[in-house]
Amino acid sequence: MDTPAAYFHWGFILISVPNLIVIGGMIVLFAIALIAPFPHGGEEGDDVGNK
Amino acid sequence: MSATSSSEGASPGATAPESRSWTLRLRQAIDRHLPMDHLLPDRQPYYVGSWVYVFGVVTIAALAWVIASGVVLSFMGPQWWHDSRVGRFFNSLHFWSVQLFFIFMVLHLWGQYFMAGWRSGRAATWMIGVIIFGISILTAFTGYLSQQNFASQFVAINAKDAMNGAGIGAFFSVLNFGQMYGLHVMLLPIGITILVVAHIVMVRTRGVVKPIDPEGGARP
Repeated sequence: MDTPAAYFHWGFILISVPNLIVIGGMIVLFAIALIAPFPHGGEEGDDVGNK
Repeated sequence: MSATSSSEGASPGATAPESRSWTLRLRQAIDRHLPMDHLLPDRQPYYVGSWVYVFGVVTIAALAWVIASGVVLSFMGPQWWHDSRVGRFFNSLHFWSVQLFFIFMVLHLWGQYFMAGWRSGRAATWMIGVIIFGISILTAFTGYLSQQNFASQFVAINAKDAMNGAGIGAFFSVLNFGQMYGLHVMLLPIGITILVVAHIVMVRTRGVVKPIDPEGGARP
């Protein structure tokens, strides 16, 4: 825990592996949120709350 | 929303005589701009059925945990959060809920960026969100400086040169623990909370922005 993090170095890109994992995980989560079906409960909503 | 409200029943174009009572004028303005069916809706437009719209509310949930754990930490003090098992648990709870707060805030930002959430009169909502993001970074920074351990000293000493170089070191001194702690537990959280409430009220007032190209035709 007290040792420096490993770094990923590719051209001008230099980023620590922990940060790379977090950003990669966020991108994966964002993609899943776009693709995964959303459960619909009850009837379809109308335009309430949408001026 | 009372049945005796003088604002109800008036035609939209008619101009009611200006009341001298500021409480009446305030109540009428709230009735006009913040009706309860917008503030607490029970139905949403069909396009809100996506996990992308969940990121914002998860961010708020994380913020609630940040504030709750922070209240406990500020009440018990640094010796407790470093030396006791329960204190270390709350310290970790505070740290990890902040991580989730930032992760989901950025995911919410991505979602709103790609759907251009500032359209149709929602620019102020977007800009308040940007300000919340900025203040959150400052709050996290002062939090790292408030840990009362070697890591916070390391951050403070290394940041001091940068703050001096930016010309703000005289009135924002990262070596001044009292100032950093006061900002972290009082001023900045209050600012974030007020702006988050304003952000949510604005979202609820105007509703969620429509998709850019819902029917494959012209932009709305």
